[in-house]
This record gives sequence, structure tokens and C-alpha cells, in this order.
Amino acid sequence: MSALLQADEASALLAAAIRGELPDERGRFGPFGGRYVPETLVPAFERLEEGVREHLHDASFQAEFRKELHEWVGRPTALTFAPRLSEIWGADVWLKREDLAHTGAHKINNAIGQAILAKRLGARRIIAETGAGQHGVASAAACARVGLPCSVYMGAVDMERQAPNVDRMLRLGAEVVAVESGDKTLRAAIDEALRTWVTDPEGIYYLLGSAVGAHPYPYLVRELQSVIGEEARQQMIDLAGGLPDVAFACVGGGSNAIGLFYPMLGDDIELIGVEAGGTGNGLGQNAATLATGTPGVLQGSYTIILQDDDGQVQETHSISAGLDYSGVGPEHALLQATGRVKYISATDDEALEALEELCASEGILTALETSHAFAAAKKYAKEHPGKRILIGNSGRGDKDMPTLTKYPARTRSHAGA
Amino acid sequence: MQAHERITAAIAAATKSGRPALVPFITAGYPKPADFIYTLKAIAAVGDVVELGIPFSDPMADGMTIQRSSFEALRQGVSLKWIFDQLDSASGEIDAPLVMMSYLNPLLAFGYDKLADRALAAGVCGFIVPDLPFEESAELRAALEAKGLGLIQLVTPATPETRLQTLCDASRGFVYAVTITGITGGGAGLPADLAQYLDRVARLSSLPVCAGFGIRAREDVAAVGKHAAGAIVGSALVEVLERGDDPQPYLRSLIGQ
Repeated sequence: MSALLQADEASALLAAAIRGELPDERGRFGPFGGRYVPETLVPAFERLEEGVREHLHDASFQAEFRKELHEWVGRPTALTFAPRLSEIWGADVWLKREDLAHTGAHKINNAIGQAILAKRLGARRIIAETGAGQHGVASAAACARVGLPCSVYMGAVDMERQAPNVDRMLRLGAEVVAVESGDKTLRAAIDEALRTWVTDPEGIYYLLGSAVGAHPYPYLVRELQSVIGEEARQQMIDLAGGLPDVAFACVGGGSNAIGLFYPMLGDDIELIGVEAGGTGNGLGQNAATLATGTPGVLQGSYTIILQDDDGQVQETHSISAGLDYSGVGPEHALLQATGRVKYISATDDEALEALEELCASEGILTALETSHAFAAAKKYAKEHPGKRILIGNSGRGDKDMPTLTKYPARTRSHAGA
Repeated sequence: MQAHERITAAIAAATKSGRPALVPFITAGYPKPADFIYTLKAIAAVGDVVELGIPFSDPMADGMTIQRSSFEALRQGVSLKWIFDQLDSASGEIDAPLVMMSYLNPLLAFGYDKLADRALAAGVCGFIVPDLPFEESAELRAALEAKGLGLIQLVTPATPETRLQTLCDASRGFVYAVTITGITGGGAGLPADLAQYLDRVARLSSLPVCAGFGIRAREDVAAVGKHAAGAIVGSALVEVLERGDDPQPYLRSLIGQ
């Protein structure tokens, strides 16, 4: 995809990104991003953009957001050294523990931030989409916390494979709307949330869960998730004795990855995003958007998407619902085009194997999404011995038990087993 | 006459004959690709302008009927290229000006310059692109206008006054006034303040205004016809075709014929 930008253009855009100048006033990250939405939603997006400008970096918003992150979410999350994994891999492996955040994943950082914003903007109710259910649970919890009603749109296929999260959302007081249209996964859920927003653009706040969609969402979500990278960067200096050589994060829409990477763009750290390689390289067998996709417009943004020659968006496959998406955040498209971040993929099998290894060696059940980052990091460690590796451990895997029970645990030959 | 002026002229002719212009919408190739041209001719014989829906995998501004027709047409292999090939084969046999309604990505994938060439050759006079707001539209607009094709702007009840003026000025062919804040195929009826809204759009527009979304019956057409030059009928017509019924009696009934 680097052919999308001339070399001098790429370096100028990367420098602008590092200086914090992107997106530009049109919501563009270089060629990517923008706002492709139905006319009915244009005023709503303009109000949101205005609200973000007024509140996001306002001292009173930031004070409330930081207080909630600390007292309710439980931040800062730990940085954990992984001694046994380090030994097995021949590396120095550190984990940024977003799985320890309230509700079990990084999604809560964005959800509570946007819920506070929605309250300040006078929204009457909140809608959200969810894939793996983590953003749905985070939104349900955040809405309960700020006192706003919440409806979560979730593909019927995802409701089945993430059943425990559906129950959690209901118990947290949210309504869960089953989406039976399209591919019945995250993409269809976003389409349906947008259709609902169109019916009441003034009363509804759409709490989008990833760094995707039309401007200002990719920017807003990045700003709210950057706490991950800010903390991790300082914790590496304090606890690990210096910045990592390389950092890994899984990428679906890319919110945890942009949160981890963004504060490190200007550092001498190799950054690697890991997408879902699914069961193979064919169209429809994976969700490796950046690795195999082409530029196009999906759900409000000009970015890299999985599509056929006619511009029809393709269905994806991944064992992890949270990575099962045909698009990716526009800032990732730019970071790939500039060469600053490398995007690779790990297969379903590799992810499952990595999940088991982490469980057995460090006592951490990580999410299937996150497992992709571990699988890629392990390969990297074998090829580059002795590196200091940071992995964004974006969420915990309890929600994946219905999927995991279909794959019998590979028996491990521990002493006494 | 430029292609987009054919649209305006067709609507003006209906106005002159003392009735609202009828703009039927069909999803191209639905329900059966083999019947596409036959159906199109039947509809174009009654409609003043015909709106052709290009199927897309993510029709985010559409309700269940048009989603269903879109997914089914795609499943049966309908593509923009196929639609142009079919239209070429019927060249000269369809008098009503055609307008294509497409989400942006299939047009991007096709390529704007090639799109304008093929559209002009196929008798297409304008485009409606529901996920392309004015601010993002310069490139497509330029490619279309180079061939005399129009980019038709949508306005909605939520559109602020200053923006309404910008959109009316930018539009070509007609101004598409969305009647409701919602998606296509709504069953809730037309809003009570529709008349004031349509009058407001008509005041600001030098082009005829056609109203669409939620128009299903003769009384709907009559109601919008008092305040707009034309009525767009989409989901209700797609449902007629879906049932295998003859679309002509239905369309004629809408304008009291």
C-alpha cells in the first residue's frame, strides 16, 4: 500500500502525525478518513465535532474523565513482566494489562469518555454497536455510570459466540438489539446503529467503539485510548529500564492499537499491528484488511477495506469476533502507507496456540483478539532474539469460553500432570 | 441540452400537464436479473424520471425492503458493469431520463471518468449518492459535470437553513427532499409539518423539488404534490415487484390514472 503515497509526501505526513496535527480540519489522515455519511446525519456529526472541540481538552472534562479512569476503571493498569514467556521466547516480554481494566478490556476507556461527553452534549439516550461484546458491555456499564439509557446493536452471529457478554449487557441495564441483516456481525451492527441514529439525530448519541467511521470518531477514540500508550511508555521507563524495542497490538478496527502506538510514534520503537489471518489468504477467509485490502469508503471513512473488484464489501472470517471487520481505522491506513507501523496477521490456529501458551506460562487468560498479538510476537522473538518486547494485552478471555470449549485444551506435560 | 437538464425538463413537463412528476425507484436486477430491462421499460413508460438503485453490500441509509433487494441482486451477480451492459443493449428504447442511486464505494471502484462515459452512453442523466455529503463531493461532481451529468443533492428536515441553500444551489436535475428523519421504507406515514418543510425547500431552490421516503399511496403523492414538483416511490414499488405484480397499474394509481 506504500504506493499510495510518494516518499516525500509519506515522510511529511508522518512528521505531521507525530506532531499531533492529524487529522486535519477535514478529518483527514493524509488521503484517509473524511466524513461520508447520509445528509440526515451531517448536522449531528457537525454538532459532535463542535462538542469534541469544546469539551475533550477542556480542564473540567479531563478532570472528570481522569477521575473516572482512576476510581471506576481502575487505572493505571499494571505493566506486567512475563518471566516464563520471556524464557521460552528468548526475549524480555512485558504486558500492558488492559485486561485488568473494569469490564475486562481497553474498551472501557473510550466508553466512559464518550458517555461523559454525551451527558455534556445533552443526549437523551445512547446507542452502541458491538462485535465481541466488550464494547457493548463497556458501553452498558458506562451508561449506567452516567445515568443514560443504552441500546446495543449486535450481530446475531456474534450474540451466539459471545453469549456471556450479552447477558452482562442486559444485567447492566442495556437493551441488546439482535441484528439479522447483512453478515450479522460487527459491520451489520454498525450499519443498523447508523440507521437508528438517523431516526433521531438530535436525541441519540452514537457511542462508536473503535477508531473507525466518519470524522471525528477516529480522532475522538484515539484521544480517549491514548492513555494506554501514555501509561505503558512511562511504565516501561520506570519498570523495564527503558522503552521497548518493539510493541505489538492486535488490530480489528484498531482502537487498542492506536491507543498503544500513538504516544510512541515519535520514539525509536518498532510498531507492529496484528490482524486476523483467519483460516487462509482467500477473500472471505480472514480479516487481514491492511495486509490484503484496497482503498475504499466504508461506514463513513476512506480507508483500506476488504472488497471485490466491484466495490462490494466482503465478509470476513476470524475466530475472534472483535477482529472480524472488513475495514480498519483510517489512521492505521496512513501509518501503514507511511511505513511507520507494520501490519501482519496471525491465523486462528496460531492465536489459539498463543492463548494456551500464555495461560500456561503466566496464568493469564487473554482474549482471542489479543492472542493474535502474542502469536505474532512469538514469531518475531524467534527471529530477533534478545529484544525487549511490549505487548498490548487488550482484554481478558473469559468472554471467549463458549468458543474455547469447542477446541479441547492441548494437554500439557507439567510435572504431576 | 445537457443530460441533467433532461431530468429537469421531464419533471417540468409533468408540472405543465397539471400533475406531480412520478419518480419510481427500482433496485436494478431485482427480483430477477433476466427481467431487468423488461421491468425498466414498463416502469419508464409511466414514470417521468426513473431512479435505478445500484445494489451495495452496506446500504446504511436503507430500510429492510431495499436492503433485501440489494443483497439478493448482489447474490444473483448484479454489478454496475452488468447494469451498464444491459442498459446499452436497450439503447434508444427508454425515453424517461435515468438517475442512478448508488452508495459511493461501487462508483469509486468503477472509476469516476469511466463512470461518466458509460453513464452518458447508457442514457443515465444524474446520480444520487446517499453517503456522499456535499463537502466530500468535489471530485465526483467534476467528473460528472464534465459530461453534463448531474449530481443530485439530498436535503432533509434536519438540514439547517444555510446548508439548505448551499445544497439547493449545488444540485442538478432536481433537489431530493427526504421527507422524514429516518431511513427508506418507513411505515410511519408522512410528518405533519411536511408542507412547511417542502415549501421552504422550494423557495430556496431554482430546480424542481421531488420528495421521497415513506411515499406509498395515491394520497401520499397527492399530499407531497401540493408542495413539491414530484414524488419518489421506492420501497413500495420494490415490494410490488417482489410479489410478482404488474408495476404499471400500481404506478398509474399513484397519479390517479
